[in-house]
Amino acid sequence: MPTELPIDSAAAMRQFGVEFAARLRPGDSVLLHGDLGAGKTTFTQGVAEGLGVQGAVQSPTFTLVREHEGREMRLYHLDLYRLDDPDELENIGYETYLDPPDGVSLIEWPERAGDWLPGAFWLIRIEHLGGDRRMLEIQRYGEDSA
Amino acid sequence: MRILGIETSCDETAAAVVEDGEVVLSNVISSQIALHRVHGGVVPELAARGQITAILPVVEAALAEAACEINDIDAIAVTNRPGLVGSLLVGVNAAKAFAWSTGKPFISVNHLEGHVHANWLHRANEPAPDLPFPVVCLLVSGGHTELLLMTSHHDYALLGQTIDDAAGEAFDKGSRLLGLGYPGGPAIQRASEGGDPAAFAFPRSQLGDSFDFSFSGLKTSLLRQVDHYRLPDDRPKQTGAIFPEHRPPIYRDDLPLADLAASYEAAIVEVLASKAMRTVEATGARSLLLAGGVAANRKLRERISDIAPEDITVHWPPFEYCTDNAAMIAGRAWHLARRGEFGDLTTDAFPKGAIAHANNT
Repeated sequence: MPTELPIDSAAAMRQFGVEFAARLRPGDSVLLHGDLGAGKTTFTQGVAEGLGVQGAVQSPTFTLVREHEGREMRLYHLDLYRLDDPDELENIGYETYLDPPDGVSLIEWPERAGDWLPGAFWLIRIEHLGGDRRMLEIQRYGEDSA
Repeated sequence: MRILGIETSCDETAAAVVEDGEVVLSNVISSQIALHRVHGGVVPELAARGQITAILPVVEAALAEAACEINDIDAIAVTNRPGLVGSLLVGVNAAKAFAWSTGKPFISVNHLEGHVHANWLHRANEPAPDLPFPVVCLLVSGGHTELLLMTSHHDYALLGQTIDDAAGEAFDKGSRLLGLGYPGGPAIQRASEGGDPAAFAFPRSQLGDSFDFSFSGLKTSLLRQVDHYRLPDDRPKQTGAIFPEHRPPIYRDDLPLADLAASYEAAIVEVLASKAMRTVEATGARSLLLAGGVAANRKLRERISDIAPEDITVHWPPFEYCTDNAAMIAGRAWHLARRGEFGDLTTDAFPKGAIAHANNT
């Protein structure tokens, strides 16, 4: 069953990102599902802060992927928003980001990837309830989810 | 010196012939924008595949339009950074093949430096722009929001950039939230006609005295405004799917579209213009240049012209040199060639591209 978490501000979303980063290990993938303005960027900024990434977390919408150096591991930040056909992922070497040995992958718009999903992953769904209110659903998928 | 330029860093396939860095003899762009409009964005692999089939006809067209043959060309230039690697490689490999088969020198060019250089381009029957150094350039497009300082054609420095979304991306995403089309800049500009730019107080993120930009909060603020006009969604909740479909919100008929578009555009324009002017003041620059696709925004041009002091030269390139093109690459390459900065067959393509001449004085 997914864990539900109500969020009522951008600051709370970022703080959740910081806390969530603490449970991430190299090879982990996090899929972020939420519409435009749901708070994916804010969550990602929190994760980056939690991993000790210095400097800006520029949107990967245009470049598809941006890499950041954290304290102990890298953050691979992907955004598949501009993708239409999952087969196009082959072109960016997408499979190397699915369970990176030296870091974690955070994938926005994972629904554009079709079947190209990691073997195991965290899925965070963000539903915008109106105003500043969001409902998060956090669930672990894959072989060790039991 | 006549240089053939090739540009394939993102969605365009372009080739151009430019004489002595400034005089454009030809500028051919095989725009794939019609294809992308169907998909609501640039699709990288689609771009790379289209570019492979387009590259030779585009180069041939550029040579023909310049009324010359490959043997009349003195050097071959290509964008090799930054961009989508799959797309960049199409141009880099084509340029290397031309250079190798003809024995001509090969020059690799930074896309951002090319955009800035677009300001110096002109046709043979047009006057050469007089742009005194130091120069500050505001480069704004779908993937870029940068403030660059040039003290000469050989000294570039990056002063500021976006810490989250690019200005063009803010237009694209705002356009989608308002249910308008792609690309977002022109769509919002059209929708804003007759709208009141002061109707909604969208945030103008200045980030203190920094020359950096932030546009992510603006998008969220627009979402908060349109939210007031959102009708309750009584469609049954989708169950079972890992990724439930995002259903576009339904708005009331009285959604003030023109006011929202005008206010949103005004917020982006105000931050870009005021920050560019502050950079000019802080650096003592004598010219302020615009570059990139968003430089075509009419309100941005008007605002910058309004607030720039009379002794500052304000300039932007004609539209065909604002969006991705190869003339800017061939033009920029001339300055590299004059300094003997040539590449060779080992030159690679890179997704990131630091400004080559930053702080090397």
